[in-house]
Amino acid sequence: MSIRLGAIIAGLGIVGVLFFWSLLPGAINYAPPEKPAYYAFKEKPVAPEGGFSFEGPFGKWDYAQLQRGYQVYKEVCAACHSLKFVAFRNLSELGYSEAEVQAEAANWMVPGIDPVTGEATRVPGRPTDQFPSPYENDVQAAAANNNALPPDLSLMTKARKDGTNYVYSLISGYGEPDPEKLAAATEKGFEIPTGLYFNPYFANVNIAMAPPISIDGQVDYADGTEATIDQMSADVAAFLTWTAEPSLVKRKETGWPVLGFLLIATMLAFLSYKQIWAGLKPKKN
Amino acid sequence: MADASDTATATGGADTHEEGARRRDFIHIAAVSFAGIGATAAVLPMIGQMAPSADVLAESTTDVDVSAIEPGQSIKAVFRKQPLFVKRLTPEEIAEANQVDLSDLRDPQTLAERTAEGNEDILVTMGVCTHLGCVPLGAAEGENKGEFDGYFCPCHGSHYDTAGRIRKGPAPTNLEVPEFAFTSETVIRVG
Amino acid sequence: MSFAWAKTYEPQTGFTKWIDEKLPLPRLVYNAIGAGYPVPRNLNYMWNFGVLAGFCLVLQIVTGVILAMHYAANTEVAFATTEHIMRNVNSGWLMRYAHANGASFFFIVIYLHIFRGLYYSSYKAPREMIWLLGVVIFLLMMATAFMGYVLPWGQMSFWGAKVITGLFGAIPLVGESLQIWLVGGFAPDNAALNRFFSLHFLLPFVIAGVVILHIWALHIPGSSNPTGIEVKQESDTVPFHPYYTAKDGFGLGVFLIAFTFMVFFLPNMLGHPDNYIEANPLSTPALIVPEWYFLPFYAILRAFTDDLTIPFTSIVLVQAKLLGVIAMFGSILVWFILPWLDKSPVRSGHYRPMFKKFFWFGFIPCMIVLFICGGAPAEQPYVLLSQIATAYYFLHFLVILPIVSQIEVPKPLPYSITEAVLGDKDVPGGTDGGGDDPRAAVKGLPGKSPDDGSLQPAE
Repeated sequence: MSIRLGAIIAGLGIVGVLFFWSLLPGAINYAPPEKPAYYAFKEKPVAPEGGFSFEGPFGKWDYAQLQRGYQVYKEVCAACHSLKFVAFRNLSELGYSEAEVQAEAANWMVPGIDPVTGEATRVPGRPTDQFPSPYENDVQAAAANNNALPPDLSLMTKARKDGTNYVYSLISGYGEPDPEKLAAATEKGFEIPTGLYFNPYFANVNIAMAPPISIDGQVDYADGTEATIDQMSADVAAFLTWTAEPSLVKRKETGWPVLGFLLIATMLAFLSYKQIWAGLKPKKN
Repeated sequence: MADASDTATATGGADTHEEGARRRDFIHIAAVSFAGIGATAAVLPMIGQMAPSADVLAESTTDVDVSAIEPGQSIKAVFRKQPLFVKRLTPEEIAEANQVDLSDLRDPQTLAERTAEGNEDILVTMGVCTHLGCVPLGAAEGENKGEFDGYFCPCHGSHYDTAGRIRKGPAPTNLEVPEFAFTSETVIRVG
Repeated sequence: MSFAWAKTYEPQTGFTKWIDEKLPLPRLVYNAIGAGYPVPRNLNYMWNFGVLAGFCLVLQIVTGVILAMHYAANTEVAFATTEHIMRNVNSGWLMRYAHANGASFFFIVIYLHIFRGLYYSSYKAPREMIWLLGVVIFLLMMATAFMGYVLPWGQMSFWGAKVITGLFGAIPLVGESLQIWLVGGFAPDNAALNRFFSLHFLLPFVIAGVVILHIWALHIPGSSNPTGIEVKQESDTVPFHPYYTAKDGFGLGVFLIAFTFMVFFLPNMLGHPDNYIEANPLSTPALIVPEWYFLPFYAILRAFTDDLTIPFTSIVLVQAKLLGVIAMFGSILVWFILPWLDKSPVRSGHYRPMFKKFFWFGFIPCMIVLFICGGAPAEQPYVLLSQIATAYYFLHFLVILPIVSQIEVPKPLPYSITEAVLGDKDVPGGTDGGGDDPRAAVKGLPGKSPDDGSLQPAE
């Protein structure tokens, strides 16, 4: 009995402290949270028209799109962003031949040493090298970009909610804020600091990255696809989905036979279970 | 199934015909077989994960520039995380290697068989003793080249000649010549 | 232990006889999970989760050992080796996703196992020790899971480590030194990562050891069952094998379907995107949340928003931070005295009308609210909701259960498990339809005299 009496007293004590010192003051001063002014502009990521080929349980890579996306990365993003967890050799998974990968790797200058003097320098890449950062270190990268460090893009689509659509929306979603909303938000203290750009898909709608893809035809696609802003944004989002998870399609392809096998096995296990218990079944009266 | 009859409340109404028994057994055997197949299939990737990973396999070629190697000199490169000896033989060393009677050799091979056609002076071997994997001496200046002017493994005293062939000591075979080819006049690709 | 009618192991061949003399391991297994263990015949699917939890532990140890072959616990490379596993190691992505989702499924299974225990009062005499060991396993699991989440050294890993070790800083006097000692520095870094890896590798084997004790303790009184009445006769039980091995085999199949579906099609759904950003000690994520299975306890931690002061003065008796820490640990530690709080002689919630109402309409909604609030930002209305739910949580265990168990009038219990299953009073062993009056046949539960007015269970 004493333990229960003690418990009741302790329980009422805990609840009393919680109620009188935390809950009650909180309830008296109850104030619904005030969203920061920029919330008025926030948009959820949207998918490009038609979505992406690799989505859904039966999704497959669209290799032509991935190759186009790689071209956008190479010609646009790579000026500032590294891709450090991806190696040139991985490009063979996009449908490039071994010779093409070799040639592609050699186009990139990766950190290395001068074979004669041993000094740190940049040497042509080999298939086994990772994609290099355009900067020597983070300090240099931040200094060259108005103190905003361009993040590595290898895992970008997994590091953001709804990542593929986020990348697509962010790149194609630059623009001017709605004047009415802007007037209302400015009253609440909203501003677009100098050097930042308005983008409703970014966390606080003010992004340090200048619109990377600003005009149609900025990239001259090797396969002749018309390079609209929308097209380029979708292509690079697809490419970055592949860099974030190269095993995506293989994973889903492996999943189906495994699930099918387990379904049959579980059915058999169920029949076996029922069979074993059949002898015990009570007679319903 | 025998257990069912042990319990006091077993109804005993289960099919006792031969055929029924066979059908029941079939379901149990099938269920257990599926469990076995599934477990085996699950174990395979767990074994496979210990095999060389994609980045290790990709490192399987090495390019070596041989233009700067003087006759009589050798350099050490790295091939598959192991030492690789690339040696430019002098005419005397070539002659010495060609003088040997093949029947005297433990692992008969001519120098020509161990070098690329047209570049018989470039000897490319693994720097791994075929006995137990030590790195033989003789590739760097001033090192002990053994009794046959090639390489000498200090671990257990294997002597290799100027063509990297085993002549004395416990090693069973000649120093391994990896697959290689000249990709240009001066560069070889190993692997 | 066990019942008189339990079958005994009889080695058939010369070899098994030889083994049985030297090392009776087959006999041990036979008596533990074989035909030698009589189990109540009326267990429902809620009794599947013990075996499933054991499977999860094995799964986590196997995949974990594999991951440890490729992972390096160093802040410079931890994130990169994790990506190396995902990209380069053969089937590495499968191993990592199986391990990460395996942790989530382990907790799903354990929570269902605990809820089973709470609803059917599996913690009551004579099974207190099983329950206590179970709580120990749960605490060890929480520690293991927390340290495992730190290992990839992503943003959530780092900030989770920082926040959770920061809890210890709330302890008066020694807190700050303790916190620095725990992480081996002023903030989590190499020292912390390395010791977390070491302990994350060790603790699962400690858990396995306690699991063996848990099962050992289970085999002394035998399994409980949905009616909560004790086994009386042979017809109340069936041998574990083949009856429950078959049922558990089917349960395992269902579990694996759900598990592989997550691994192959939604492997990151239960994770957090921020953990795919490498740890950055200079930048905190917008919203730090623990893994989903810690959310209710995280909500309790954050429910205490104000210091405990002497009213109308500004003298602080206990800081809000410490109150939260005490409440969070207390919310689990209270389970240690649960067997002595709920003294109702009836075990199963089926026969306890008042308890049942508080369980389904009080405790379960309370846990759901805590779960939601734990993942929400620290703002209204979530703060208020989590405070109400936290209050209910403690009231439920410390106040409601003791009082309800005192005043409740339980529904009549069936005479025996066999009767409950067959719905027929005319059972073997019974003489006059209902057998002896169960109330007359039993002695009181340990520590309680039968004449204190409360209804006794048929035992």
